[in-house]
Amino acid sequence: MKNNKKKFSNKSQLGMITFRFSKNKLAMFGLAVITLLIILCITAPLYINYEDVYKQSMANRFISPGSGHIFGTDQFGRDLFARIIYGGRISLLAGLVVVAFALILGVTLGGIAGYFGGRVDNIIMRICDVFMAVPRMLLSMAVVAALGQGTFKMLLALSIAAFPGYARTVRASIMTLRNQEYVEAAKCCGTSSARIIFKHVVPNGLGPVIVSATLGLGGTILAIASLGFLGIGVASPTPEWGTILSENRTNIRYYPYLGLIPGMFIAISVMCLNFVGDGLRDALDPRMKN
Amino acid sequence: MTKYIMKRILMLIPVVIGITMFIYVIMSLAPGDPATLIMGPDAKYEDILAKRQELGLNDPIFIRYLKYMAGVIRGDFGTSWYNGYNVMSEFLSRLPNTLTLGLMSMAITIVIGIPFGVIAAVRQNGAIDYCTLVLAMLFSSMPAFWFGLMAQIYFCITLGWLPATGADTLKHFILPSITLASGSLAGQVRLTRTSMLEVNKLDYVRTARSKGASESRIIMKHVLRNGMLPVVTSIGGHFATLIGGAIVTESVFAIPGVASLMINAVKIRDVPVVMGIIVVISVFVGVVNLLVDLTYAFIDPRVKLDG
Amino acid sequence: MGEHLLEIENLHVQYNTDEAVVNALNGLTLTLDKGESLGVVGETGAGKSTMALSILKLLPAKVGEITKGSITYDGTDIIAADNHTMRGIRGARIAMIFQDPMTSLDPIMTVGDQIYEVLELHFPQMNQAEKNQRVDEILELVGIQKSRRNEYPHKFSGGMKQRIGIAMALVAEPELLLADEPTTALDVTIQAQILHLMRELQKKYNTAMILITHDLGVVAEFCENVVVVYAGEVIEQGSVEEVFTREKNHPYTEGLFNSIPDLTTDVDRLIPIPGFMTDPTNLPKGCKFASRCSYCTDICRTEAPPMFAEGTHSIKCFLFQQKGGE
Repeated sequence: MKNNKKKFSNKSQLGMITFRFSKNKLAMFGLAVITLLIILCITAPLYINYEDVYKQSMANRFISPGSGHIFGTDQFGRDLFARIIYGGRISLLAGLVVVAFALILGVTLGGIAGYFGGRVDNIIMRICDVFMAVPRMLLSMAVVAALGQGTFKMLLALSIAAFPGYARTVRASIMTLRNQEYVEAAKCCGTSSARIIFKHVVPNGLGPVIVSATLGLGGTILAIASLGFLGIGVASPTPEWGTILSENRTNIRYYPYLGLIPGMFIAISVMCLNFVGDGLRDALDPRMKN
Repeated sequence: MTKYIMKRILMLIPVVIGITMFIYVIMSLAPGDPATLIMGPDAKYEDILAKRQELGLNDPIFIRYLKYMAGVIRGDFGTSWYNGYNVMSEFLSRLPNTLTLGLMSMAITIVIGIPFGVIAAVRQNGAIDYCTLVLAMLFSSMPAFWFGLMAQIYFCITLGWLPATGADTLKHFILPSITLASGSLAGQVRLTRTSMLEVNKLDYVRTARSKGASESRIIMKHVLRNGMLPVVTSIGGHFATLIGGAIVTESVFAIPGVASLMINAVKIRDVPVVMGIIVVISVFVGVVNLLVDLTYAFIDPRVKLDG
Repeated sequence: MGEHLLEIENLHVQYNTDEAVVNALNGLTLTLDKGESLGVVGETGAGKSTMALSILKLLPAKVGEITKGSITYDGTDIIAADNHTMRGIRGARIAMIFQDPMTSLDPIMTVGDQIYEVLELHFPQMNQAEKNQRVDEILELVGIQKSRRNEYPHKFSGGMKQRIGIAMALVAEPELLLADEPTTALDVTIQAQILHLMRELQKKYNTAMILITHDLGVVAEFCENVVVVYAGEVIEQGSVEEVFTREKNHPYTEGLFNSIPDLTTDVDRLIPIPGFMTDPTNLPKGCKFASRCSYCTDICRTEAPPMFAEGTHSIKCFLFQQKGGE
């Protein structure tokens, strides 16, 4: 206690955030698991033969998890481990793409609304209100219905349903920051607008956005899996965690591992992302911590 | 008060216009001619033309939109492109199932979520608190459909306690409601807990302590009552989440409700059905939020309903 | 002097946060008699509020911790007292008025009910009509129409809210009133009104009062005795007259005097106390004021000075060693 206190007081803001985050065991655990999962997915070609993902073999149907196939095989004799790891590449990447796209859209629109205020703000926010009035899942499904099915269209649909939330968060932080006394103080000192934006507004306003993006990533992975499960997301035989569950749906009652394993991958990654998101929130704003 | 309610209801109009217009626009941008899609690849050219005429697809998009909106005002959401049924009557016939499912899971969320959140907050950092939080975390991270599938296999097939699919009796709704509630339940517990802990730190709770009130009295009279305010607000949000969750839940348990109507319509791109469902549900969500705000104003004396 | 109403002896309180241990009180000692009004003066962070909260055992749970010392209230050992005993004392025998009236009242409970709650907790033998009558009386006494008892706090101004806070504190006629900077959050014009009201009621009920403030002027006007607190300990104490009229005070008290504008003498500028409050996470070994003191000697840096008493007045500074002895 006594020792780290001294170190602490000399740290920069970023240093303090990292310090607080690193003391949060759950968040660190989440970060470690997610990192491990991402590494596993990225390096998949090194240890999994890509053909195994699609290669059917009627002789090898429903082999229980074991030495030959770590996670067993499905109704077409495909190796479940290969499908899940390659599925992870798709699920995680798709989640990231959606969040990134929604962020770009949301930060831009929210930033414009918050920065200019007045009429522009009003119009942008009313548009966001309209999108937010519709439950997100329904909105994404409606967009899929209007655009037609396909992975890219689904990702677009999810981004459209997600961006108003980010726009609101960004706008809200800009609004509060604009009237913040230290920003006023910086203005009074003759600090340039660019410097105020990059030195004060961005670092202080970024926090809530990063937190909601991290938490949103988990939610997006769930949404993608749900759409996959309903048969309107990533289409089989492309492996995506929800799609894998959907493919095996009728066989889960006889071969529970077909349901348990992909479901656990979804749950664990979403949970770990939530741990990281919560940890970030607490680290950025220690007053919120209970 | 009446003025406020009227104003809030009028505010739903731009939402309906905005969302329908948005879907019309992206639909017109999307590749593929609906009539061709409906008639299938082997259809004759004349048949497709006839279908286009029948669906009114030959009109310019804004005329089609105006015609559609004229219908919406009269409560007519058109007919399905594929099966020809009336969207509104089909929706209404399926609504009771979805409503039962939604209300039951809402009840579970509130009746279980709030007490557990309160207990977790009161016993902060205790064993109950950690268990509740871990369970809440687990539930909110699990895909609802997966939880549903697993519960269905265990309780309906292995143990045979409950019917696996269908919507004939209330018993059919037990497992689906639990499945649907699982996600929002976790949120409810966490929100209640956080809210209670936040209030517990406030000055006026310390004032109550300085008056000599017992811990249980402080919790019941001051912390709980104030802590419930954000919880009440969250119910509107839960409702929207529940509708989203109902889609997968109805699919897992084969419940013939609004959500399964939606899934099928999305798969075959039956746009009038999708539009109808979206519009009605958005209005529905708006009304629920209005009710939530009215309740809020009723319990919080600081809130004034005007403008 | 006989039995004191309140005796605080060598009190140590620390706050354990994630980052550091904050030593809020470091051997604070003071006594208070029945009906006495004592001013506690010190700058922000000196531990004044911590002291008040310790008396009621209302330190933030799990963070604030009494590590050493004793608090005796009318023969009761506060630190050893169980929750039941403390609940009997809080509100009934010791009441507190808080610094910020804006946040100290429950926003969704009528002001009448909040005052009524005190009676409900401590006077079970009183019937409802009597209790209501008492609430009306005290409201009128603090200058609020009794017809407003069913209104919620947000309808009242800051000064009005503090009046309600006073009503709530005094309704059970406690023997001791802890007022933690009761006027700091209020407009200057309202401050005097509230302080006068408090003194009036204190006299009326013969309540002892600890008035916590950073304003020496307030102490001079409203208190009989004064203690000056620095870095969690009392560095000077005595009657208001002794402290305010003596030639030499503790260097810190002098600093406080020099920080107040004096209109009777023609001085060009105020003399601020150099430096900042001692870091409570990292206390020095010797006198805690040493780093800011212009009279500082070698002994001050290595050894903590004891209290040097002279009659009823005492000072914790080596400068006064030869005069008073130990």
